[in-house]
Amino acid sequence: MFRNVAELVELAETSNKKISDIMIEQEMSVTNRSREEVLAQMERNLSVMEEAVEKGLQGVKSHSGLTGGDAVLLQKYIAGGKSLSGDLLLDAVSKAVATNEVNAAMGTICATPTAGSAGVVPGTLFAVQRKLNPTREEKIRFLFTSGAFGFVVANNASISGAAGGCQAEVGSASGMAAAAIVEMAGGSPAQCAEAMAITLKNMLGLVCDPVAGLVEVPCVKRNAMGAANAMVAADMSLAGITSRIPCDEVIDAMYKIGQTMPVALRETAQGGLAATPTGRELEAKIFGFALNKKD
Amino acid sequence: MKYKSVFDIIGPIMIGPSSSHTAGAARIGKMARELFGREPEWATISFYGSFAKTFRGHGTDVAMIGGIMNFETDDERIIQAFDHAKEKKIRIKIREEEAVTDHPNTARISLGDKNGEMELVGISIGGGKIEIIELNGFELKLTGHHPAILVVHDDRFGAIAAVSNLLASHKINIGHMDVSRKDVGKMALMTIEVDQNVNEEVINELKKLPEVTQVTRIVS
Repeated sequence: MFRNVAELVELAETSNKKISDIMIEQEMSVTNRSREEVLAQMERNLSVMEEAVEKGLQGVKSHSGLTGGDAVLLQKYIAGGKSLSGDLLLDAVSKAVATNEVNAAMGTICATPTAGSAGVVPGTLFAVQRKLNPTREEKIRFLFTSGAFGFVVANNASISGAAGGCQAEVGSASGMAAAAIVEMAGGSPAQCAEAMAITLKNMLGLVCDPVAGLVEVPCVKRNAMGAANAMVAADMSLAGITSRIPCDEVIDAMYKIGQTMPVALRETAQGGLAATPTGRELEAKIFGFALNKKD
Repeated sequence: MKYKSVFDIIGPIMIGPSSSHTAGAARIGKMARELFGREPEWATISFYGSFAKTFRGHGTDVAMIGGIMNFETDDERIIQAFDHAKEKKIRIKIREEEAVTDHPNTARISLGDKNGEMELVGISIGGGKIEIIELNGFELKLTGHHPAILVVHDDRFGAIAAVSNLLASHKINIGHMDVSRKDVGKMALMTIEVDQNVNEEVINELKKLPEVTQVTRIVS
């Protein structure tokens, strides 16, 4: 069983395998199941992700009314042909947003690695597939590769906003997606790790400060930027750029930053955007009273 | 390592909006229901830390109540859990606690009916993964990822051996085991995680052991 990214990359490179192979084999051994069973379970997750994106692109609205409809706006904008940051990048962003809008509306999603960060991995997958034309199995592999990196973060740091801030949720999701994009595009296991490191470095310190405690503001837009961050970092890694700080040390830094983060900034709706005048006003409007009188 | 399966990371399939505050809450509720063994007539839920501050926004309350009614994390009935509880005539009380707990996402659930009561403490550690850390005043650690049996017994020599010998005679392997007691010579609790589901016959045999007072089974 691999305990960190260095071991994961070494396992893959010495056996001339992909990161997804290592993850699939480990899952088979840990749960004592066949390759078919393990792949079939992941395919069910993939199907839920596809349905969530599809639903979000038709337009949804959350119960609070704070989020919904932005994925549709972006798709219309892309169709207008005047996007500046590129259609593929914006497609990833809109599909990440679509997933999180469905999540905020209490729809069915697949947590990757959490519900609040569930948009990044499927958003990037369903965008890059247009360019890379993967088979169904390659799409399933994308999720195993993401899962392998998430597995290391979850065991060595945290994937919980309440424990480590948004860097642990959207930060982890973004790094996981970047690594999986690299593998799907034909990059090496080491390049996957570089993409993860570059992504996570740019998410360090991100706090978890949801307005009214709802997984809506700023979560949906953080998923948008998480997807964009993953796409750019994957391209950087594929271009041959490496991280000066090794991936495992970045993960460790993320963990330590999370531990020293004040409780007000870890999913308690007491600080950050949640404590802004507008954040408090929205909270009072939604619940009929403010949750936290003291700021 | 806390996380063992890739499906702890990619998954669960769930009703939004939060894996820790919605899916995890549903799982803690469902575990409480399983340990109680039947539908309760009343439930009191106390939220601590981040759970206390944000349960309204995350649907933590409806998810946990859904779990107590045996709903899975992807069951859409969770959204209307209060209505379903009302139909079933389950009386629900929610409390927001100020006390500081070790883990930010902590809930205490009491379930009861005319035949008995049960109280447990559960934590939601991220990505939908949970642990039960206290049951009726006993400390324990139960993840729900493996089949398990909980044995309440007299804190006396030979009790552990009697239980493990009985399991061995049925070729049941113990993967993890914890023993916790309230005081020397009083009541104690064995938490035994096993590799396969334990059948009714074995449970009945365990119940007949002289040191054993209660046996609960968790099917995985």
